Amino acid sequence: MYVADSRGTPAPAVTPEPQAAVPGISPGRRAALAPTVLALGTVSLITDVSSEMVTAVLPLYLVAGLGLSPLGFGLLDGIYNGISALVRLTGGHLGDRLGRHKALAGLGYGLSALCKPLLLLAHTLPAIGAVLALDRTGKGLRTAPRDALISLAAAPEDRGRAFGVHRAMDTAGALIGPILAFLILRGAADGYDAVFTVSACVAALGVLVLVLFVPGRRTGPAPSPAAEPVSLRAAFGLLGRRDLRRIALCALLLGLCTVSDAFVFLLLQRATGIADRWFALLPLGTAAAFFLLALPLGRLADRMGRWRVFLGGHLALLLAYGLLLAGGAGHGRSAALPYAVLLLHGGFYAATDGVLMAAAAGAVPEEHRGGGLALVQTGQALARFAASLGFGAAWTVWGPRPALAVAAVLLAAAAAACALLRPSDAMDDRPAAARAG
Amino acid sequence: MTLQRRILILVSAVLLLAAVGVLAVVRASSRADEKNRSQAGGPQITRGEVTLAPGGDGRRIVFRNMAWGPHRDELATVPADAPQGPRTASGVSCLRFHAAAGTGICLQAEKGGVQESYRAVVLDARLKEVSAHPLAGIPTRARVSPGGHLVAWTVFVGGDSYAGTNFSTRTSLLDLRTGRFDASLEDFAIRKDGKAYRNADVNFWGVTFAADERTFYATLATGGQTYLVRGDLGERTVTTLRENLECPSLSPDGTRLVFKKRVPGLSPDAPWRLYVLDLASMREMPLAEERSVDDQVVWRDDRTVVYSLPGDFGADLYALPADGSGAPAPLMASALAPAFLG
Repeated sequence: MYVADSRGTPAPAVTPEPQAAVPGISPGRRAALAPTVLALGTVSLITDVSSEMVTAVLPLYLVAGLGLSPLGFGLLDGIYNGISALVRLTGGHLGDRLGRHKALAGLGYGLSALCKPLLLLAHTLPAIGAVLALDRTGKGLRTAPRDALISLAAAPEDRGRAFGVHRAMDTAGALIGPILAFLILRGAADGYDAVFTVSACVAALGVLVLVLFVPGRRTGPAPSPAAEPVSLRAAFGLLGRRDLRRIALCALLLGLCTVSDAFVFLLLQRATGIADRWFALLPLGTAAAFFLLALPLGRLADRMGRWRVFLGGHLALLLAYGLLLAGGAGHGRSAALPYAVLLLHGGFYAATDGVLMAAAAGAVPEEHRGGGLALVQTGQALARFAASLGFGAAWTVWGPRPALAVAAVLLAAAAAACALLRPSDAMDDRPAAARAG
Repeated sequence: MTLQRRILILVSAVLLLAAVGVLAVVRASSRADEKNRSQAGGPQITRGEVTLAPGGDGRRIVFRNMAWGPHRDELATVPADAPQGPRTASGVSCLRFHAAAGTGICLQAEKGGVQESYRAVVLDARLKEVSAHPLAGIPTRARVSPGGHLVAWTVFVGGDSYAGTNFSTRTSLLDLRTGRFDASLEDFAIRKDGKAYRNADVNFWGVTFAADERTFYATLATGGQTYLVRGDLGERTVTTLRENLECPSLSPDGTRLVFKKRVPGLSPDAPWRLYVLDLASMREMPLAEERSVDDQVVWRDDRTVVYSLPGDFGADLYALPADGSGAPAPLMASALAPAFLG
């Protein structure tokens, strides 16, 4: 339904990158979204249905199905995060080096798909923890090559829209998965094995769609003898590029001031007194807003500039912090507050997640696309992890509200710094005509 | 490969995978139906009157019946001296249960809606609902104070879907005399090592009450360590007493706690052993159960504790001397969450 959605936009006079020339689409036309992007969106949608099915029933399975106490399960999160970061960098770089983003993405999706039937065999906490770690490894491996494929398939001036479509489809899968899982459990009481089996089938389908419908030829330009090989040193040398360095730095800086989701939902519950039984639905609210706003904000980023939208997303987050601080003051609790906060929170993701990749893609040469995107993503992910530890500590020492106030001040300062650091216009990839007009 | 061919492959794969998925769901569904039919060799179960009233029906056990059949998951009763005999089922379904002095607490699943939800129901001596409270997660522990005035329960909360594997607990307390409801023990002031303590990662579970209807013991987890805490409902405080102690259960005479301890060097999938702690000397001693027990025990009397282990139909109950002597003895099969009344 997004395909024909570009009326009224003047056809730009730029020649898309050669990789955008997918059979059936004549180069230079902006009418249609690259089929590769739709195919990757479909793969992500299907895969997210599969993985969120498992995530949704896992607590129930552990406690009610296996009779285990899953407490302290999250303690390994730090280690997982570290491994995930390394894997992500490796996936991105190898995709560049071999010129085979699709193969790396396929490996990642395949690994995660393999984990679903393994869940049928794992009956102890350590075994299930190992399967989940493997699942995350697959996710880490595939993310950068997949984003590289999206950025290479879309015309530069269209990247915001391409990432918007992809993230919307991805989030749709995350919304469908839990519903499917609970429908199965309704039909078959205690049918956790059925949930895992269906999840495995869905995941296999995702891999198949990737294999069949995502073009797999070399994604980088053919290496000429004169060209520098895609070495590890060259990959880290990417940070020598001013624009990428600034983008990575800003993503890192802003990531350090981002309160993690779990805390946002806890703060929201404290501010509004939402009943416990609705608490589990809060992440769905954020996901729904993300789903609805990903495409419009991606398109806006193409028109207005990705950097502005990216910063705007952080202002939305700042506003959400402000509402949480004001709403928690005790007098006059507004019934609209949870909706407003979740909308802003989802809007924050919609304006930053795919948009950052669209922005970063413009600052990385094609042959280093995977590694470059992985670098930015990893910096951001590690910064957010550090932020969640820091926020937890601040909560401990000062209490939730002062901690949030400090986070808000830091976020405002970081956003201001990033507005000043603004990478050059070149990264916006806007067509010259659009920029002049 | 031509587009036509790719689509052909996709369609065949979708059909094949759909068939596998449907088969799995159908199998699981018929297996679920099977659980509603009585198993040969299982205990004889009839529908009848179950009472929590002190004195009524003599010394007895009220528990969640796990045996397959139409009364699966219902509260049932057997005489304390014939635990393996015929069971009387009540028609009230509970996942977790405890009772004392004519008051019962039943954590049950609530059908309806796409996702299953849970509620805590306070029951009177005739198993009639006194009050109900929606739950934020999956039930795990429930307790009533010896005098029947205080009720506590713990649920697992799977925080948010982005974090995925991070679980926390929520422990609630209800005072039936005043109607005061504390949705989360985390609102109580914590004193740890003599100082006020605050941390966002604090979790409580496994409350057990003393006979004064005011003091309680529970597990506090923070910073990757578990602690035994003593709580005071009047002051709304909890104070840490000791490290590495989970799911305490206070003896009827109030002198000892039996708890599960994470013993170093054991396999991470079976990390717990039962221990007894003497509250006067603060000395602990292992009990004679060599398997890992993940349960909050109940006391049959001042000498014996009862706990569940995984069994063929969910869980079986075992009895064990509380002084480290003897050996575990099977008490009853296909049963969970017992309360000794009489």
